Amino acid sequence: MIKVLMARAKQGYRTSAFPVEPPALSDRFVGAPVIGRPKCPPKCSKCVELCPMQCISRNTEKISIDIGKCIFCGKCAESCSPGILHFSKDYRMAVRKREELVLSGPVINLAEELNKEMKKLFGRSLKLRQVCAGGCNACEADVNVLNTLAWDLGRFGIQFVASPRHADGLLVTGPVTENMKLALKKTYEAVANPKLVIAVGACAISGGIYEGHSEANNGVQSIIPVDLFIPGCPPHPSTILDGLLRLMGRLKGDAREKINDSQPIPPVGDQLETRKKLIRSVIRS
Amino acid sequence: MSEKNYISIHNSEAFPVKSIPIVDIDDFRETVITEIERGKRLASFFGRPLNESAVCLTAVIADDKRGCLQILSTEVEKSYQSLTPDCSQANCFEREIAEQWGIVPLGHPWFKPLRFHHSYRKEYDAWERGLDEEILPAHTDFYQVSGDEVHEVAVGPVHAGVIEPGHFRFQCSGERVFHLEIALGFQHRGIERAIISGDKSKIPHYMETLAGDTTIGHSVAYAQAMEALSGCLVSGRAQILRGIMLELERMANHVGDIGALANDVAFLPTASYCGRLRGDYLNMTAMICGNRFGRNMVRPGGVMYNLDASLISQLSRKLEEVFSDTENAIGLMWDSPSAIGRFEDTGKISREIAEELGLVGVAARACGFERDVRFDFPTGIYCFSQIPVATFSTCDVFARAYVRGLEIQRSKSFICEQLETITGDDIFTVPGDSAPDMAVVSMLEGWRGEICHFAMTGADGNLLHYKVVDPSFHNWNGLAASMRNEEVSNFPICNKSFNLSYCGHDL
Repeated sequence: MIKVLMARAKQGYRTSAFPVEPPALSDRFVGAPVIGRPKCPPKCSKCVELCPMQCISRNTEKISIDIGKCIFCGKCAESCSPGILHFSKDYRMAVRKREELVLSGPVINLAEELNKEMKKLFGRSLKLRQVCAGGCNACEADVNVLNTLAWDLGRFGIQFVASPRHADGLLVTGPVTENMKLALKKTYEAVANPKLVIAVGACAISGGIYEGHSEANNGVQSIIPVDLFIPGCPPHPSTILDGLLRLMGRLKGDAREKINDSQPIPPVGDQLETRKKLIRSVIRS
Repeated sequence: MSEKNYISIHNSEAFPVKSIPIVDIDDFRETVITEIERGKRLASFFGRPLNESAVCLTAVIADDKRGCLQILSTEVEKSYQSLTPDCSQANCFEREIAEQWGIVPLGHPWFKPLRFHHSYRKEYDAWERGLDEEILPAHTDFYQVSGDEVHEVAVGPVHAGVIEPGHFRFQCSGERVFHLEIALGFQHRGIERAIISGDKSKIPHYMETLAGDTTIGHSVAYAQAMEALSGCLVSGRAQILRGIMLELERMANHVGDIGALANDVAFLPTASYCGRLRGDYLNMTAMICGNRFGRNMVRPGGVMYNLDASLISQLSRKLEEVFSDTENAIGLMWDSPSAIGRFEDTGKISREIAEELGLVGVAARACGFERDVRFDFPTGIYCFSQIPVATFSTCDVFARAYVRGLEIQRSKSFICEQLETITGDDIFTVPGDSAPDMAVVSMLEGWRGEICHFAMTGADGNLLHYKVVDPSFHNWNGLAASMRNEEVSNFPICNKSFNLSYCGHDL
């Protein structure tokens, strides 16, 4: 017993102050992409060609990027001239409508809270059933980490429950493999109305890297309606929590415009040089 | 006799496809069965189509003692005499070959699909299912025990926790489990096919999401394979960085597993501290490459992110701090007889069963086998800086937890040593084109165990075949074996003591 108490003293209080304080992120964290004001140079489509996910499209003067498909590899930004496209350190990316993930400017319309009736039901207590439908266990791990003392999900009234019958909604990860389609539908049907569906990660939103595979479907929305989209590959725990709290109306539109000001990630050491080399090699092949 | 039937190769060294001997099926069977009986292991066994009617079967046998691999092939059309009755390690491999290519292993004792998808050769289906017939996962025979007191417990695919899908059937009498059978395939995303026929620029990302918790492991195995095929030499600094990332991945997952085990026996201090500490290790990975799972770090040719002096000192400081908390959190559980008592003698597998099933990784080392790719088939930094193999011999849940604890300590020493001595500055060499008609077996000790990738190129230098074996592929049957005569209520700790990958198995 004495050892347990001594360990308690050594380990200390470790629950993060999020959302009161911003999360501690790595200096190399790749957050929301920002499309700046300058127009793209004529005929340049380097980013479009480099993107392994085909999530960038070039319009007449500008580009748009679909962060519902993006896996945040950052190749596009490194091939781009300053000011046009860069990745910020902004972790907030969750939205309510699929089309809002297609960015053509600097601002993301972050998720709005539930309507009055739904908020009354779920705003202070949200029980979710997680369904992994082809997820690679990275999204699952970063959802699970919210249960640890570092994030202490319970303090917001959010809890992952063991049965869909106990749940207010589903949190789905993965592109929805053919072999999980029926299980996902049945789990959805087992949740009492009214219910919510939250798609976490590029795979769950659009099929991600598995888009177009005959073994998988292109995301949750192709099977059941989705109320909240949380992009990333995988999304950072703070991105997920931020989305959940916004949905519950626990975070008000704070600093949405701040996204404008976020700085591009500074190149570290010869990292930029390496990236350029890789990009050259990709272009060559 | 069998000396002529195979060639010996080394880990991550390319060799001409033509040098693989193609023997007739009887010699193939005899060679594989004899070599496995001599204490070697079946690391990989797969089929690839030669033309419209023939399929080439290739076996990769790991000779741990001599540190070399033996490889041989045979050609079959519709069926062949199954190896499984004489070599249990071939069980899942043969079911996989049957499912992918419609080749029937005659006399296979438990012949059923593995991942539940249609055959890749349209005209051939091992179970004679039609092309339009819907294939539902886990719709197959299950081993059943009958009797008055016997009941069946079915769990999944959607589980009670935040975990991947799989289906488990327990045959029980009261609380006692006679038999557990595991049906997987729910996570099947068609990765191997997409590597060959899909967009090349997606391949590194397939590797990173093949089993997301083993991002570094599978990316390095792929990188090693491609580097061998293109003759690309990777700088020492990149090799060191790969080693550091791989050991951080191991530490994060092992700490998480020990925490999960503590949670399942309701020893909450260790459970909650380890939950937090796992995140701290993931954050160290993110300090290096920006992503908690090591995405975008490893590519054929080297690594994408470097360390500068200030980051090295930050990392060392953070590692000391987190490791000290880890020792404290885990030590607490080792000091608690009530927690340890739940682990001891629970989920035992005999050494003989472990050997017969060809277990790898922590599960094998917990049965006293000194089996570790970093030691037996070293590549990269492990050729120069060796990590002692951690073993324990009680073959139970405790052994699997304790080996994890030891490995955390050894990985920490390794990372510290590398951070102190890291030299060189170049971290990336642009890999050239892959040589035509070459093949390579790339192995690596991921945190779960032996990762084995086989790659071969065609006449144009493009990938013609790619086979991935995740350590989980060998070990799922080990979990089933560990539940024999256990209580149903011991399943959570047995499961967590293995912590196998569903998507790594299902691909």
